[in-house]
Amino acid sequence: MKRIPLLGLFALLAIGTIISSCKDTGEDPVNNSSYMMEDQMGRPAINTVFVSGADKDAFNQTVPSAQGAKFADKFEAALLALNPGYTTNALGMDASTFTGALATDVLTVSMSGVTTFFDGTNVLTGRRLSDDVISVELLLLFGGPDGTANPQLTDDNVSANDKSFSNSFPYLAGPH
Amino acid sequence: MKKRNLLLAAFALLTTSVGILWAADHIDAPAVSSTSSDITDYYAFASPENQDNLVFVCNVQGLLDPTATATASFDEDVLIEFNIDNTGDAVEDLVIQALFENGKVKTYGPVQPSSTGAISKVQTGGTKVETDITAYGTSPSIGSNGGIKLFAGPRDDPFFMDFAQYGEIIAGNATGFNNPGSDTFAGTNVMSVVIEVPKSMLGSAATLNTWVESKRKM
Repeated sequence: MKRIPLLGLFALLAIGTIISSCKDTGEDPVNNSSYMMEDQMGRPAINTVFVSGADKDAFNQTVPSAQGAKFADKFEAALLALNPGYTTNALGMDASTFTGALATDVLTVSMSGVTTFFDGTNVLTGRRLSDDVISVELLLLFGGPDGTANPQLTDDNVSANDKSFSNSFPYLAGPH
Repeated sequence: MKKRNLLLAAFALLTTSVGILWAADHIDAPAVSSTSSDITDYYAFASPENQDNLVFVCNVQGLLDPTATATASFDEDVLIEFNIDNTGDAVEDLVIQALFENGKVKTYGPVQPSSTGAISKVQTGGTKVETDITAYGTSPSIGSNGGIKLFAGPRDDPFFMDFAQYGEIIAGNATGFNNPGSDTFAGTNVMSVVIEVPKSMLGSAATLNTWVESKRKM
């Protein structure tokens, strides 16, 4: 009968050892939870501009690889509603090509060289904090093939942030 | 809170009256608007400090005025996941996951996820970086491990736009933008996660497809 308390003691010791070894190695407690997507974003302003009110939640809950098939036609309709005179844009894309590219909402990032949304030379190689992405998108939506159409709509005339960015990590300005 | 409420009311008004809203990704959809999982913006760029690194930024919970910022916090039930496709199919090959607990932020990755898509499990296989969540009004707490740097805390919202005038145009009250315009986001803050990663940890593709997701514990 004496063996039972001994076994209990061993069990206690074993548990203690496991707990302390967890601490020693800095292991995290196991997190087996599952997490469900609620919001997502690749390029700026895609859901807000091209997705109808009724579809906004659905778009956020669709993985990028499935977005094109599900939303490209709706994006094209939204573009032509915003700008009925759309023909092509400064990238030479007609409505279907442009919205087809946008419907898969991922941000392409170059692994070498300049990373920018658009800097006059490089197009969609990333997105810097200082990039004036809204004016770029306005130009592509309203500016026509050479960027000169609808001049009152192609630039919001806000070209920089209200605080300067840093060249040191974490780069964003401190809060107001 | 007053200013924030005012701003939110203005946004809500614009949303309902114009049916279309353009502000990066701020309050983009009914289910996430003004919640702890609402992504406001996403950035990815070569590090100004080191061209061998890429920087990823995910901002959540926009339109915080200074008073609201002082008490703002990350939601411990929300995972922020940076997704990286290096094979050109818009399916994530690598993820970096950020979790928040007891005043700390920790990230795992870049690491290949055990499964892809809308539902994620925490992937502890990759490099782990941990640091304090930076409190409002204090200098940034920066974690580092294996060449990765990590920050989480309140920052100025880096997004800028004359959103108010855009709303006026869409509503038919104006025919164009003003010059100069007025930055609707001036003076507001966001909760920000910034992570800098060596390019060598992201594969050998010339171009990556990247995006960010907020995911809530089920």
